[in-house]
Amino acid sequence: MNAQHPIPDDLTLDSLALDSNKKQLIVIGNGMVGHHCIEQLIERGATRDWQIHVFGDERHRAYDRVHLSEYFSGKDADALALGEPDLHATNGVSLHLGVRVEAIDRDNHEVVTARGRLPYDNLVIATGSWPFVPPIPGPDVSEHPQARLVYRTLDDLDAIRHHAAGARRGVVVGGGLLGLEAANALKSLGLEAHVVEFAPRLMPVQLDDQGGAALRQRIEALGVGVHTGRATEAIVPLDEGEYAYRMHFRDGEHLDTDLVLFSAGIRPQDQLGRDCGLDIGERGGIVIDDTCCTSDPAIFAIGECALWQGQIFGLVAPGYTMARTVAGCLNDICEPFSGADMSTKLKLLGVDVGSIGDAFGTTEGAKSYRYIDEAGNGYRRLVVSGDGKKVLGAVLVGDNSYYDTLLQYAQNGIDLPDDPAALILPQGEGGAPTLGADALPDTAMICSCHNVTRGAVCQAVDEGCADIAALKIETKASTGCGGCTALLKQVFEHELESRGIDVDKSLCEHFAFTRQELYALVRVEGIQSFDELLEKHGHGLGCDICKPTIGSILATCWNQPIMDPQNVALQDTNDTFMANMQKNGTYSVMPRIAGGEITPDKLVVLGEVAKKYDLYTKITGGQRIDLFGAELHQLPDIWQELITAGFETGHAYGKSLRTVKSCVGNTWCRYGVQDSVAMALELEHRYKGLRTPHKVKMGVSGCTRECAEAQGKDIGVIATDAGWNLYVCGNGGMRPRHAELFATDIDSATLIRYIDRFLMFYVRTADKLQRTSVWRESLEGGLDFLKAVIIDDHLGLNDELERQMQHVVDTYECEWANALGDPEKLKRFRTFVNDQCGDPDIINVTERGQPRPARPHERPESLAVEISS
Amino acid sequence: MTVANARHTDTHELCRIDDLVAWSGVVALHQGHQLALFYLPRGCDRQSGAEIFALDNHDPFSGANVIGRGIIGDKDGEPVVASPIYKQHFRLRDGVCLEDPEQRLTVWPVRLKGDLVVLEP
Repeated sequence: MNAQHPIPDDLTLDSLALDSNKKQLIVIGNGMVGHHCIEQLIERGATRDWQIHVFGDERHRAYDRVHLSEYFSGKDADALALGEPDLHATNGVSLHLGVRVEAIDRDNHEVVTARGRLPYDNLVIATGSWPFVPPIPGPDVSEHPQARLVYRTLDDLDAIRHHAAGARRGVVVGGGLLGLEAANALKSLGLEAHVVEFAPRLMPVQLDDQGGAALRQRIEALGVGVHTGRATEAIVPLDEGEYAYRMHFRDGEHLDTDLVLFSAGIRPQDQLGRDCGLDIGERGGIVIDDTCCTSDPAIFAIGECALWQGQIFGLVAPGYTMARTVAGCLNDICEPFSGADMSTKLKLLGVDVGSIGDAFGTTEGAKSYRYIDEAGNGYRRLVVSGDGKKVLGAVLVGDNSYYDTLLQYAQNGIDLPDDPAALILPQGEGGAPTLGADALPDTAMICSCHNVTRGAVCQAVDEGCADIAALKIETKASTGCGGCTALLKQVFEHELESRGIDVDKSLCEHFAFTRQELYALVRVEGIQSFDELLEKHGHGLGCDICKPTIGSILATCWNQPIMDPQNVALQDTNDTFMANMQKNGTYSVMPRIAGGEITPDKLVVLGEVAKKYDLYTKITGGQRIDLFGAELHQLPDIWQELITAGFETGHAYGKSLRTVKSCVGNTWCRYGVQDSVAMALELEHRYKGLRTPHKVKMGVSGCTRECAEAQGKDIGVIATDAGWNLYVCGNGGMRPRHAELFATDIDSATLIRYIDRFLMFYVRTADKLQRTSVWRESLEGGLDFLKAVIIDDHLGLNDELERQMQHVVDTYECEWANALGDPEKLKRFRTFVNDQCGDPDIINVTERGQPRPARPHERPESLAVEISS
Repeated sequence: MTVANARHTDTHELCRIDDLVAWSGVVALHQGHQLALFYLPRGCDRQSGAEIFALDNHDPFSGANVIGRGIIGDKDGEPVVASPIYKQHFRLRDGVCLEDPEQRLTVWPVRLKGDLVVLEP
């Protein structure tokens, strides 16, 4: 990585050839801000007049410190590196990595390193900050490095990884933003993580008491120990016991741990400036003016080492702004630094946290609106001006979907709506309130990392940017922290549409149509195969996006078996083999257990089959029994036995109806008012096999106690004294959404008619892999529109929708029974076409009395390697 | 169908053409190696003659032997297979992974000899 401008060990800086036609510029520091400064200089053509040298202490190329923790989740140093590897070389900038600048000789205008001296005309100090380790008595660092770890550089992370091996528990001192990041890193390394914070709450700089409390509860729920209001007084090595160290707190409590990681804030790295006599703030930091100039007019300071009007900015965006200021001063026009917005939104340990502007309401006369969700540990606070007209700040914990809009209100001084509380109150429909792209002024900041305004986006569109990728290259928007991605896309699409340009919503490179359009083409032209559609409306070979989508459309329209030769190459592996692929390449088998009702005889068969083929069995959340670990060539035999016993495929592999969950209903339950099991069976058997854009789940509850959790499903049915209530477009999973009440007290025939129409309308109009909940949000006119179509037949579609559903119902066939009856189809179920053995790499071990895939260290070849090495 | 490997000849018979699946993959075992065989009956341009590609069946990202069960397609005209587990794309011609060019599947020289799929020496 040092290969860009390597300086041979015997070469001294004094012997470097200096271009006498150019002025000399030296940048000390190759972090994010130093790097941005170089990029800005190059972009402004500064290399014409300047010969530039960059010095970096670290051996690595500049890297993304904001996403440092991804180093533990798979990214390597190269993946985190900033900019093109040859940026310096191709622009004639000399990059000296691993070379420390020891002093600045202001009298002679030279920097001093172990390699010699180098003259400068101008100097930029971008040395950043160092992690503050409070002076807590503890063991000698040289013998106990694991009691004094920090979290700042790639080398720090390597040290943490090294000491985490074999450790069981880790404690982070500091409950700020970086401390929580660090706790997440310890967790991802498999340690039990704890956070110790001196202040009475987490993230004391960004959050108020209630926000800190909500965050704490969410983080504790993730298994991270939180200890606030705790001052660490000593760290003592333990000779015996479970852990290596004991941390003593001022209140007499203690906590044992194997390693201690300090993340208790940063201190400006100002030593070079201090030593050469530049003005330094009382609590550190090289004093700069609005042009980022220090007390020496030839020297600039930027980023976290610089002190502007008594403030140190610990975020990357202000550092970038300073870098642009200096690049401007050295080249064309200086845009003075005028402070920076410290608003921030993060996902810490998977929890959304946002802080905007005056989050604590310290502005005179400021008033707050607060939304507290004690059940869900959510918190939102909106701080508005005394006259109630403008947003001053906000705090968000648990849901950042409100962030973008609030930030736009705050940054652009947009007038508040009549009811400001609506901006933070939960929205029954359609998620957090959004500010239309047209409401934003041209000066509205879209990407604060790269200083890109709405006006700049408009200009780029005017100059011909036609897709997001090009826009990102042109403006650099959304290439910093990435927090503005959604807003950028919204503004971009709005700009295209307002210019009458069609927004490219192509399914993929092979079809310039949306799923809805392809659906219409297939139906209207009666297209029967992928090949035919590709000939008429696409090009190329297709891909893993369009093939399964079109396979699904063909299956819904014509109900052709997915295993028919013309369809087989379209399916992803789950549909191809009618089973769900698991991580080791084996499959799980899930027969239909409609409504969760099963006879003892069938239960026995499932157990016998699982035993015979050595399958792991688990009862699923959808009231079925999943058999895991079958190899490809075992699937037909397993299914033959299941089908003989009266089972049929459960479509667990398909984007289709999965289950209809039910409670026990009035047959057994003393509260039930209708027979929910019978209704669940009727629904499941009616819609089984229907191919849909995304998987569909249903639930039927026999009374309002809602034991089937029907309101968390795409279609929920709840019995009433007078009939059924129908709910639609709910969603469990990652983004839960409550279903909405669609019709009340309807009889069984009406219920089924509505569901027929609803499902077919969804199938016809939804996008690829769009859940009913997301589809519902995309429908203009919302639930009322849906009611008008389904109940009032506003579009006159219902006869057609019902007919089409009836066709699907009438032509249902168990896909497994179909395949088992056809020797040609069964040929696909071979692990190897030229050998009858199974995959020798599939190795199981036994856990809790059942087989499961061996983990890497449990596999025989890894043992063999250990023995031989 | 099991076909014994031919001895003392230059090529190894892997399977018969009707063991292949049009526009999709199957897996053959050859001396302990798992080869994913992809059959494009009308070639990469859907116009010309049949083409067969053989790549390692081992998916370096998941560690499972599943490449032969991926979907075939093209990216910018280059024929690829998508891993069925985490969906990375591998070029059929040289095995290079588009998302991570440092990962590369071995490509084996195969061709049709009459009705047989053979591995070149």
